[in-house]
Amino acid sequence: MTRAKTIPLPRPTALSRPHWDGCREGVLRVQRCAACGSYEFIPQAVCTRCQAGKLEWVESSGRGSVYSHTTVYRPPRPEFDAPYVVAIVELEEGWHMLTNLVDCTPEEVAIGLPVEVDFRAVSDEITLPCFRLRRST
Amino acid sequence: MPSSRSPLHDVVIVGAYNTRQARVLDQPELEVLWDAVHGALASAGLPLSAVDGVNVTSSVRRLNAREAVMMFGARPSWTGNEIGIPAVIEAALAISAGLCEVAVIATAQAAEYTDRAATAPWTRPSNEFVECWGLFTPAEFALMARRHMHLYGTQPAALAEVAATIRNHGARHPEAVHHGRFVTPDEVLASRMIADPFHLLDCAITSEGGAGLVLTHVDRARDLDVVPIHLLGAGTDKQGMAYVTAPVWDRYGEVGRRAGEQVFAQAGLRPSDVDVLEIYDPFSFEIIRQLEIFGFCKTGEGGDFVMDGRIAVGGELPVVTNGGLLSFSHAGLAQLIQKPISAVQQLRGEIPDALKVRNAKVALTSNGGSGALFCDVLLLGTELTA
Repeated sequence: MTRAKTIPLPRPTALSRPHWDGCREGVLRVQRCAACGSYEFIPQAVCTRCQAGKLEWVESSGRGSVYSHTTVYRPPRPEFDAPYVVAIVELEEGWHMLTNLVDCTPEEVAIGLPVEVDFRAVSDEITLPCFRLRRST
Repeated sequence: MPSSRSPLHDVVIVGAYNTRQARVLDQPELEVLWDAVHGALASAGLPLSAVDGVNVTSSVRRLNAREAVMMFGARPSWTGNEIGIPAVIEAALAISAGLCEVAVIATAQAAEYTDRAATAPWTRPSNEFVECWGLFTPAEFALMARRHMHLYGTQPAALAEVAATIRNHGARHPEAVHHGRFVTPDEVLASRMIADPFHLLDCAITSEGGAGLVLTHVDRARDLDVVPIHLLGAGTDKQGMAYVTAPVWDRYGEVGRRAGEQVFAQAGLRPSDVDVLEIYDPFSFEIIRQLEIFGFCKTGEGGDFVMDGRIAVGGELPVVTNGGLLSFSHAGLAQLIQKPISAVQQLRGEIPDALKVRNAKVALTSNGGSGALFCDVLLLGTELTA
């Protein structure tokens, strides 16, 4: 499951730049509402839970579990090497994000398995927050 | 009786028409669009000169409704902006409010999908939080289906039963892109995997074509020699931007439930009053989900509900009788209005005998779905239930 460098890369916006800068620095950043404390991802201008508080960037532990997953066999573009695993990860703090699970086979993946962030640099600017299975050692 | 009369009850659909549909149409797009407009008006028995409301667009040429007014001799005074079922609601409200009397909704797509190395352009959302993961619409909906299977034990065989049932409806429809292409559930399960749990035959086809609807005031329709189809109720449920936010089942999986409840309340009907479901079928699983959220069965029971021929024509609750997105066509924005169109054709009996639902009086239609974070619902009937 190697990634070709020609896949479409994120183009950070003013709103999302702290997230992508964090990934490059090896930190998973997410917004949290100063009023209700709920986590917000993808980046928003207003808290989607309470619509009241200011959203602040905080660090996530980068640990969570597989919430749902699918293995893609027919990629949307030829630049992607199929098969690859797309997952929704539920972070320890209770928020969700889309990602790829790397360094595992499709057969190994199941809902509920523990995972951790695995940053993969794909360009000078962009590092992708992939996830890998947390294997007991 | 409905709790209050809706302005939608002043309006009827009098024309419904599909142009030729094909995997790739070799016709100029505006020619297909013109066919959609004229076909819909012919179905209504109305001349072009009667049209004073327009929502006519195209996919590749990107014709918009205000440009399209010129195609009607610059006579129309009202233009719509919505797509799909919301376009029907919008036009109906304009008619009810007296802004126009006869509205045409038509759209066409031709020669858009030419790069076959990639999946169809409309399946590939471009966004910084999805595109880099190799996400596309089948994967977005697969993430929802997987969660449902995990929570409720929904089986791949149930998904395959839905896909085979709908595809076999289309196989019997001469206008379907996949006419003649019958499949068994085993063949669905044996087709190549796209994004598990979805096999190729669980997914909508890609195709092109046009479609049109004509709406008018119920009073005006009395002068026409057609069977008017009443708008019994409508609702929309929008939960955010599709294909940007993670499709989390626990937050978005029941999108459309509140729209369905609204629709039945407006109509004064219950799910058991519905004769046929022309609901949105981008992927097999979405039928199972919608049977649950619209109240035809309990949450988690959709997988069992669809088995044993229940949702086939001739069964207890026929679903997607023209073959839908899985077999009939999946063209541009036309596919969205093709849901109400197939409902109108079914309620009028304008469908091949093999696919007719006998004495069908009430049809439920929908657009959108769980992976798309929106679901629009429209209930149609041969008579006002108010």
